[in-house]
Amino acid sequence: MATVLEAGANEGRSTDNTPEAVVVRFAGDSGDGMQLTGGQFTLSTALAGNDLATFPDFPAEIRAPQGTLFGVSAFQINFGSTEISTAGDQPDVLVAMNPAALKTNVQSLKTGGLIIADSGEFNKRNLEKAKYESNPLEDGSLAKWNLLAFDISKLTLESVKPFGLGNKEALRCKNMWTLGLSLWMFDRPRQPLIDWLNTKFAKNKVLADANIAALNAGHAYGETAEIGGQVKKLHIEAAPQTPGLYRTITGADAISLGLIAGAQLAELPLFFGGYPITPASAILHNLAKLKEFGVTTFQAEDEIAAVASAIGASYAGSLGVTSSSGPGIALKTEAIGLAVMTELPLVIVNSQRGGPSTGLPTKTEQSDLYQAVYGRNGDTPLPVIAARSPADAFDCAIEACRLAVQFMTPVMLLTDGYIGNAAEPWKVPDPEGFTPFPAKFLEENNNPEGKVLPYKRDENGVRPWIKPGTPDLMHRIGGIEKAPDTGDLDYSPATHQLQTDARKAKVDGIANHIPAQEVSQGTQGGKLALVGWGSTYGAIHQAVRRARAKGLDVSHIHIRHVWPMPTNLGDLLRSYDKIIVPEMNTGQLKTVLRDQYLVDARPLNKVSGQPFTIAEIEAAIEAALA
Amino acid sequence: MNEMTAIKTTLKDWESDQEVRWCPGCGDYAILKAVQRTLPELGADPAKTVFVSGIGCSSRFPYYVSSYGFHTIHGRAPAFATGLKLANPELDVWLVTGDGDGMSIGGNHTMHFLRRNINSQILLFNNEIYGLTKGQYSPTSREGTSSPTTPLGSVDRPMQPCAFALGAGARFIARGFDTSKNLGEVLKAAHAHQGAAFVEIFQNCIVYNKDRFADFTEKAVADTRQLWLKDGEPMLFNKGTQGLRLNTDHLHLEIVDVVDGDWQAAGVLVHDVKNRTIAHMLVELPMALFPVALGVIYDDPRPTYESALLGQDAVAREGKVANLAKLLAKGQTWTVQPEDQGPLSGV
Repeated sequence: MATVLEAGANEGRSTDNTPEAVVVRFAGDSGDGMQLTGGQFTLSTALAGNDLATFPDFPAEIRAPQGTLFGVSAFQINFGSTEISTAGDQPDVLVAMNPAALKTNVQSLKTGGLIIADSGEFNKRNLEKAKYESNPLEDGSLAKWNLLAFDISKLTLESVKPFGLGNKEALRCKNMWTLGLSLWMFDRPRQPLIDWLNTKFAKNKVLADANIAALNAGHAYGETAEIGGQVKKLHIEAAPQTPGLYRTITGADAISLGLIAGAQLAELPLFFGGYPITPASAILHNLAKLKEFGVTTFQAEDEIAAVASAIGASYAGSLGVTSSSGPGIALKTEAIGLAVMTELPLVIVNSQRGGPSTGLPTKTEQSDLYQAVYGRNGDTPLPVIAARSPADAFDCAIEACRLAVQFMTPVMLLTDGYIGNAAEPWKVPDPEGFTPFPAKFLEENNNPEGKVLPYKRDENGVRPWIKPGTPDLMHRIGGIEKAPDTGDLDYSPATHQLQTDARKAKVDGIANHIPAQEVSQGTQGGKLALVGWGSTYGAIHQAVRRARAKGLDVSHIHIRHVWPMPTNLGDLLRSYDKIIVPEMNTGQLKTVLRDQYLVDARPLNKVSGQPFTIAEIEAAIEAALA
Repeated sequence: MNEMTAIKTTLKDWESDQEVRWCPGCGDYAILKAVQRTLPELGADPAKTVFVSGIGCSSRFPYYVSSYGFHTIHGRAPAFATGLKLANPELDVWLVTGDGDGMSIGGNHTMHFLRRNINSQILLFNNEIYGLTKGQYSPTSREGTSSPTTPLGSVDRPMQPCAFALGAGARFIARGFDTSKNLGEVLKAAHAHQGAAFVEIFQNCIVYNKDRFADFTEKAVADTRQLWLKDGEPMLFNKGTQGLRLNTDHLHLEIVDVVDGDWQAAGVLVHDVKNRTIAHMLVELPMALFPVALGVIYDDPRPTYESALLGQDAVAREGKVANLAKLLAKGQTWTVQPEDQGPLSGV
């Protein structure tokens, strides 16, 4: 991925040498509005037709002390004219709003990359807070990068002077000033931002105008070339895309929409029981606003009540859904076991974060795979699905609803903090193209000989769903082992063996009702396969693309159905000489693959709270094939 | 309870075909019978009735009633019932719990269920002991209770379930005991209440806490030890020779003698089921010094959670069409055209 900015380190930038993709990182104090700046830059980038991926990286504290190293909030965007699937490795451009933001982010900047720094914030006090002994903008320590330092604070204050804002309010417009400069650098349209600001501050015209003035001033600052020859306007060509209607979407939004679509396809009301937890709360927020889609949302007193209420709703004939992150899923575990035992539909969304315990609430990790597949008392199997990207989360949510309703089982949908918060362009699907899977309720007694048989299984091992309120089908369900067909309490040895086997067979059998595993890039069979799941998709995809471009025999397999796995997966894995499993954990899928298929899957692990970089995976490919 | 068409049933219609597995002589048998006898009197429909329980001896209850039933997990029955009622508010839901299930492991859910005021009947069987786990002391066990986990006697003070319920915001509080002939009336009043009706039922655990309540439930002491409350009637006991009076100087209840039936002269309080302050005093009367307040102690309905929430949702839905295609395409979109594969229109 050659970029102009790299070349610029030696000989100045040339507009002839248009980059394929550029990675920009906005970093500032958590109160500086960096997430907002990044989000709006994302939007204007998408509108310019670039493919893109973003990575918000923010502290767990809502307002960490100003200017401190741990209070730095950053937002990274990778956009360009080729297919983008990760937020990029090393940034080409770093916008640093204060010394702490510079210090925590500059080491990841490419050699020769561009630093835009607000020199107005590099005062003695802020330098001390960032633990700088001398001013890095002046002491030559940033020599290997291109440095553009100017007093953004002062320039912003000047640009909003006519609006008579207080100093504090005026300085809040700094992010818009910076955004204006960024838009100019990459030739992005300003109008969508202006429209957005007018809507956002519809009730406060002065604030809208001030922010727009700051945006325009930043843009004009670039335009009038006051900043010398270093930054030339960069135009990134639009990426080729399949024709159609597009929008940007985050994983949390995609899951919310997918759940609504899933409930509609099942022809069921959707009941969502949730409890606030980072980074899963956004789904509850989203669904609470969509009542007209037959959604009932309930903020429960705790995680246990959240899942229990969802199971209660499923028992009553709704599609019960709950969502959380690792620690909350742990609390829900006993109730999930009851849903397995009573065989009721339930969708559980786990937005994974760094663990164990409270761990890294706002950072990403994939360390709940064992929890999803194995983490319950007893032999308690349930299907597990993992989304690979924000847009993919929509399809995965529908798939989770389908399996839950068709097989009367809880389904765990794994996503993570990265997918939940990250945005990517999404080709808006036409609901006409979705296949419905209407839920069926038992309305008549299924037993000509006597009382209803709530645990009579069909050819797929699935029991009937019977709503309380249905005349003449009264029966009791619960967590105690039960006799086949009647569901009467029965803990005799033969019954427990039979029912344990039946529950396992039902979930195992789902493998026959899911798509076969495909090779997402490369060939079936070969020297090396990279096998991933979840949000590592983008990094693996790009690394394999680059390695294949160099002529290396490597393929990429990405598993959506983590449990049960597609029936062809074993044979597929055995068709490669070597298997590497990159995961943001200490090797959980790797262990499952070894266990299921007796293959020599090798781990490639990262648990730093940050996604894999393409380079890390590329290096592993090269080492394996050396 | 819910508005419903009365259905004609008999006690037999409410007996399931399951073998009842409580210990012989357990107070639960009497409660089960009282419930099964009362349901036909209420005109209840077995198809629309759901018994939901947690874990413990009491929580086996749903298996023995031939309605719908859900035996859930320890302490969480209120949370399951909340989802059930929100998904189908037409159902007539009875929660069956115990002092361990409802006050210990499930205290949080009981609190929030009462606070939200979900329309249902909560029957809390209080036997002051853990029965199913073999006799450990419970949060309602009296100080000094000797048990496998407290061989030297328990040192923590017991809680009063009714005081807890009132504190949590319950709008209906009643008390009864397993063998009482009045239990049916108490259940009927609970069922008539629109909202979460909390009924504490003292229940004799024949094996681990035998005769714990005999000092007020036995026939021989019934007159002196039981104060059956009736709305609008004076708080009299001991065949009308004693009553409760409010000491306004120190704001507490006290026992007064009633001479020649002239309770007014003695200043005996008239029970007002809407008086929350007196209700607090009644449920906290020290058992050793006062008769035990039984019957409907407090009954002052407020709108239920499900009617408020579902009503709000219905208003939010008014005039809106659920168009999935439109929802998916919401926000700022752009179109990629087949010819140039570049963006043409930002919306």
